[in-house]
Amino acid sequence: MFLAWERLCTLSCRPKFLKTVWASKILGLSTSAKMSLRFKNAKRIEGLDSNIWIEFTKLAADPSVVNLGQGLPDISPPVYVKEELSKIAAIDNLNQYTRGFGHPSLVKALSCLYEKFYHNKINPNEEILVTVGAYGSLFNAIQGLIDEGDEVIVIVPFFDCYESMVRMAGATPVFVPLRCKPVDGKKCSSSDWTLDPQELASKFNSKTKAIILNTPHNPLGKVYTKEELQVIADLCIKYDTLCISDEVYEWLVYTGNKHFKIATFPGMWERTITIGSAGKTFSVTGWKLGWSIGPKHLIKHLQTVQQNTVYTCATPLQEALAQAFWIDIKRMDDPECYFNSLPKELEVKRDRMVHLLESVGLKSIVPDGGYFIIADVSLLDVDLLDMKDSNEPYDYKFVKWMIKNKVMFIGFCNIVLYVIVDL
Amino acid sequence: MAKRLQARRLDGIDHNPWVEFVQLASEEADVVNLGQGFPDFSPPEFAVEAFQHAVSGDFMLNQYTKAFGYPPLTKILANFFGKLLGQEIDPLKNVLVTVGAYGALFTAFQALVDEGDEVIIIEPFFDCYEPMTLMAGGRPVFVSLKPSPTQKGEPDSSSNWQLDPTELASKFTSRTKAFILNTPNNPLGKVFSKEELELVASLCQQHDVVCISDEVYQWMVFDGFQHISIASLPGMWERTLTIGSAGKTFSVTGWKVGWVLGPDSLMKHLRTVHQNSIYHCATQGQAAVAQSFEREQLHFGRPSSYFVQLPQYIQRCRDHMIQSLQSMGFRPVIPQGSYFLITDISDFKNKMPDLPGAADEPYDRRFVKWMIKNKGLVAVPVSIFFSLPHQKFFDHYIRFCFVKDESTLRAMDQKLQKWKAELTP
Repeated sequence: MFLAWERLCTLSCRPKFLKTVWASKILGLSTSAKMSLRFKNAKRIEGLDSNIWIEFTKLAADPSVVNLGQGLPDISPPVYVKEELSKIAAIDNLNQYTRGFGHPSLVKALSCLYEKFYHNKINPNEEILVTVGAYGSLFNAIQGLIDEGDEVIVIVPFFDCYESMVRMAGATPVFVPLRCKPVDGKKCSSSDWTLDPQELASKFNSKTKAIILNTPHNPLGKVYTKEELQVIADLCIKYDTLCISDEVYEWLVYTGNKHFKIATFPGMWERTITIGSAGKTFSVTGWKLGWSIGPKHLIKHLQTVQQNTVYTCATPLQEALAQAFWIDIKRMDDPECYFNSLPKELEVKRDRMVHLLESVGLKSIVPDGGYFIIADVSLLDVDLLDMKDSNEPYDYKFVKWMIKNKVMFIGFCNIVLYVIVDL
Repeated sequence: MAKRLQARRLDGIDHNPWVEFVQLASEEADVVNLGQGFPDFSPPEFAVEAFQHAVSGDFMLNQYTKAFGYPPLTKILANFFGKLLGQEIDPLKNVLVTVGAYGALFTAFQALVDEGDEVIIIEPFFDCYEPMTLMAGGRPVFVSLKPSPTQKGEPDSSSNWQLDPTELASKFTSRTKAFILNTPNNPLGKVFSKEELELVASLCQQHDVVCISDEVYQWMVFDGFQHISIASLPGMWERTLTIGSAGKTFSVTGWKVGWVLGPDSLMKHLRTVHQNSIYHCATQGQAAVAQSFEREQLHFGRPSSYFVQLPQYIQRCRDHMIQSLQSMGFRPVIPQGSYFLITDISDFKNKMPDLPGAADEPYDRRFVKWMIKNKGLVAVPVSIFFSLPHQKFFDHYIRFCFVKDESTLRAMDQKLQKWKAELTP
């Protein structure tokens, strides 16, 4: 069973947690008013300090609680991945700095792997950047390419850092929702959630610098189809917009679905940054290695951010990751290849979880990919009036009630009545 | 794309002087690399064991840990540095683990420096301070360390390079937000004295300025000099961010684990930046650093402590290099601490003023490129550690890293001897 915990937030929950850091600082400091004025935070982080997970982690910390909230596996990574890291720990010169934009053997392995999917060769030095997790790639891309006053289209629901990173860059997030159109009699699935093409088009204008795409999607598990991606691609080209494509769950696609890379669509390579994650690829979230792939004229700006932020990523982990990649690159068609075996393993868990949720009256949206399942709690009609803080959204109260009474921590997604259970 | 691609915050910071020199060093065959600051000897056994333990033990260390720092690491850092700074340090409120000290610096700048804020930077400075200030929309204000004239025949020392107190005071304005202190200093190797720190402290307090203190080389102190953390001076804990590095502490620069210590009123802003930039640091590196500190805590102050043995070893390397350079006609400035020394190349500038390079390229850069290509020695030009307008005044120094294995220093000697032989007819 996977433990699940990802930072999630949607449009409606964010404003409740905005508080002015300025005001709290004045109250918090015991020194003179002059001092408190000077220690004011930079404007770029105003309103970004809140973290709704802190409250829920505390509740879930009880050992009797089954934590299905955060997005990290509680099973071991593949043996050969751990073995590679173990071997590397003994090699002296791998304890010192490596190349800032990515350890040579790792960027070479990434280039070799991804060239199989792209129509063009990928220059390991100019078209790949290794970052501190996919999170770091998102940060580098947004800091490098998004300016104050730009607009960035964010599809709702979204992995919550998209909004805060866009705001930190001084830009405005423009939201467009995925909406559900279930078919009667059929089990509800993530593919039922779609964008309205007209609505999407209406969000683009001359100030739109980028759209952030996430496929497979967190939290819905939606795997965008070729046609859906073509709609987005057409708009990006029409409005001369960048696409930041978060594809961390690219290997976690279940039967009947296929992951498409928008960067491979005509006219898209030159305007797309594609982000990947070692953590999600090899079940090693704690290695915090990710990468951005794109054309030189975009990647160079992410590299500028890198040389002014962390400069370089950890060497031994990058070398171990490179070795792990070589092992799997050589057997891409083999069922033993982790890129093939992991989704098979997770699909079984997904089906089991869907069944379990049904048995307690929770209707789930069957995900086509990713780590998470969303479950509709409205049918349970649980009376939560005794839960304090009646101003909180229903799902927040429901989650707290679940933790308190049912000994299970699940994530939550504030689209009215949905909670997320991780695979 | 027709639109301008990059964000304005990247203006003026895209060029990195290291890229050229690192490239050149890697292209030339048979060079002795005394340029970039990393050891080429093994880390201590206990650190290597700690890493091996972290990667082969509990498999859950392959997963995310707490965002602001792996708990055993923040706990030991709080404990260890609490004693050193004479301060009660809470592992949750006063400690943040970052991706190297570099990441710590970035997080501090982003958290506190706003558009138009002034940041005082002492020259020569670790080169990232300036672009990080600019990226945060700040305005760098420079104040130079200047050498006093030495007695004839006496070697110059980093303690001889000082700030003029009046000039320093004049740099503080109502817009000054932060003061960057680096002690021991890179590239000079200066270890700021108590009196010098007290001067900085009083100005910071008088003008209500935050002090960002980069202390990565805190254990690398020689000749009986003492490293003092400015945060330990009266009135300074509440306005200081103290930055440290596992890479420099345990000779494991490739682990990229650093930290910031400071009051919650400042740290909470760094946490906000951290959770909106990288969110977590890699777990296993942190576990290994925690275990390494636990070992050091047991040995602290004793001859078996790595913090005693390492500076002793490095001082010998320093002395070896100084002697070798002096016999070649270089005039090294004897550093009190850090990984580096700078050496005066004025004599070479007088003898060979016309080395190949761009018209306005500072002499030290042309000299270093020539030296890499023709003499097989890699150093770093010191002008890159000065602000643009001042570079022409300091273009007659180059920086060497002496934190190297015996074999590297012997290889350096061979290159120098060959060079010397070429000079004598």
